Amino acid sequence: MMSSLLAAGSIFDTIKDGINALCQPHWFLILSVVALIVFLLGYRRFTKPVFAIPFAAVCIVFFLASCLDPNFVEIVKKADNVPIVMMMFAVSFFLWLAFRQAALNDEATENGQPLIEAGADDKVLVWPDLVYIELIALVLCTAFLVVWAIVLRAPLEQPADPNVAPNPAKAPWYFLGLQEMLVYFDPWLAGVVFPGLIVVGLIAIPYMDTNPRGNGYYTFKERPFAITTFLFGFLILWVVLIIFGTFLRGPNWNFFGPYEYWDLHRPMALLNTEFHDLFWITLMGRALPTESWAFVPGYIIRELPGILLVGAYFVLGPLVLRMLFFRKLYLQMGFVRYGVMSTLMLVMMLMPIKMALRWTLNLHYIVGITEWFLNV
Amino acid sequence: MFARFGNWVREGQIWGSVFRHGVPRDRRTRAMAILTNVFLHLHPVAVRKSGIRLSFTWCMGGLTFFLFLVEIVTGVLLMFYYRPTVEYAYFDIQGLRATVTLGLQRELHRWGAHAMVITIWLHMLRVFLTGSYKPPREFNWSIGVILLVLTLLLSFTGYLLPWDQLAMWAITVGSNMARATPGVGTEGPLSSFIQIGGVPLVHAGDDARFGLLAGTFVGPNALLRFYVLHCVFIPVVVTVLLAVHFWRVRKDGGISGPL
Repeated sequence: MMSSLLAAGSIFDTIKDGINALCQPHWFLILSVVALIVFLLGYRRFTKPVFAIPFAAVCIVFFLASCLDPNFVEIVKKADNVPIVMMMFAVSFFLWLAFRQAALNDEATENGQPLIEAGADDKVLVWPDLVYIELIALVLCTAFLVVWAIVLRAPLEQPADPNVAPNPAKAPWYFLGLQEMLVYFDPWLAGVVFPGLIVVGLIAIPYMDTNPRGNGYYTFKERPFAITTFLFGFLILWVVLIIFGTFLRGPNWNFFGPYEYWDLHRPMALLNTEFHDLFWITLMGRALPTESWAFVPGYIIRELPGILLVGAYFVLGPLVLRMLFFRKLYLQMGFVRYGVMSTLMLVMMLMPIKMALRWTLNLHYIVGITEWFLNV
Repeated sequence: MFARFGNWVREGQIWGSVFRHGVPRDRRTRAMAILTNVFLHLHPVAVRKSGIRLSFTWCMGGLTFFLFLVEIVTGVLLMFYYRPTVEYAYFDIQGLRATVTLGLQRELHRWGAHAMVITIWLHMLRVFLTGSYKPPREFNWSIGVILLVLTLLLSFTGYLLPWDQLAMWAITVGSNMARATPGVGTEGPLSSFIQIGGVPLVHAGDDARFGLLAGTFVGPNALLRFYVLHCVFIPVVVTVLLAVHFWRVRKDGGISGPL
């Protein structure tokens, strides 16, 4: 009865259409960023159980109601997608748990009361206090895994056939954030340089973060910049992109709303604006330069505006950021630390910048030296 | 009756030779229980009370390690039934599904791997949000990042082994990236400059992707290579780094807490 109601009810269709529209990449990403900012600004209020419990309930009801939609459930119930649903709920829950404690701790510090984690001398014996926690966690984890293994069979598709490519061909789910980057960047950046820099950047975190506070307890107030930057990278540029890649990318890597049918014949997006066209043709009103000058080949001159733009971004970026926001941080960190930190941050921000350029100008490459496969 | 039997066992020579201390009922024997056990002595004897609260650690590091052990056990069980060749791989997995009694090991292995990826991310999130990477624990955070990368690589190499369409094309998508490595991939930037007398040194037959797949496509050599990486090489490296990671947790002052 419920499903026939949903099929007939135009109000549900309107809601679904609205959500499909809001799940377009630009809206989804903008809304995620806004949600993150609102959450971080109001974490003391929003983590209170009186807000958090109804919010969780609404999310779960919304998710279950969505499962009545055949197109939605088709994607969500795919065996390999189940862990991603678990991850979304787990990440939300643990974010709440962390920020609830951060809120309590920050309030306690303001009132001169001890932290939740206070009491360094308060030691307990590992046997029995810790080994039993470990034992119980281990038993519960085993039980959970066994139930999961019984309920859900591991997928096994047709035998491998190099002549029949599935559409879409997707990387394993934890790499779908990288595959999503391929929409905006060439493989040498999305598949090699950016992953490498993510690893380098993560390793560099403790050596860049000179803030001595917030060591060993939950807090937000004492290290807002570090936490905001990390959460932006982890939640927006990793988890959200995985959600894109898993649930919203269909045939030909086209974007589909959660309640949309994955239509094989939807036309692919056109990418037809190059930065060199914008500069030379639209702005300068002339043809693309093709002549070489002295020993500089013509395509370098053609791409010079883009090269200068990217160069300026990385050379002037740290200076401008220092003048505008990071005056104190620069003094605290010193030249080398600040240089590394600001460069890594600018690399991270390339992704949202390129996304925005794609959505607004339909921009393909900023620097497009296709002759060398050197495209940004 | 049972108590008497229990006492008789605990006072006997066999029990005494295995556990060189009495029943852990008082401070001394409880400390001994940790100190005299090679596995338990990963732990210190005593820990900060607030440090082991579940709401502080989320137990995510421990669960990640436990899932690694689950993967080893179920992985060994899978190796009994699986041959990493194009002729057999798919049908061995199919046979495992169809005929092996209690054949849950593939499910446990696959879901355990997914769960491990999630728990290691949550562990990283917890360590970050509690500022536990700060001095003196900087280096251990770095080890942890490497372990995170290795966990993803373990999962990635294992993805190919069932040799079905899902596996093969996921690895094709993933390994195509290597082709674009700057300098050492055929379609990477600047690779075309590496040549001698007009003969390119970086081509499809020797570039980074070739090194990964042992071929120009995801074929039998790639299957064998991924199998060896998945079952031997990466697990060994992970085990070594885990030892360092745990050892450093203790040497750097145990579970973090306010200074």
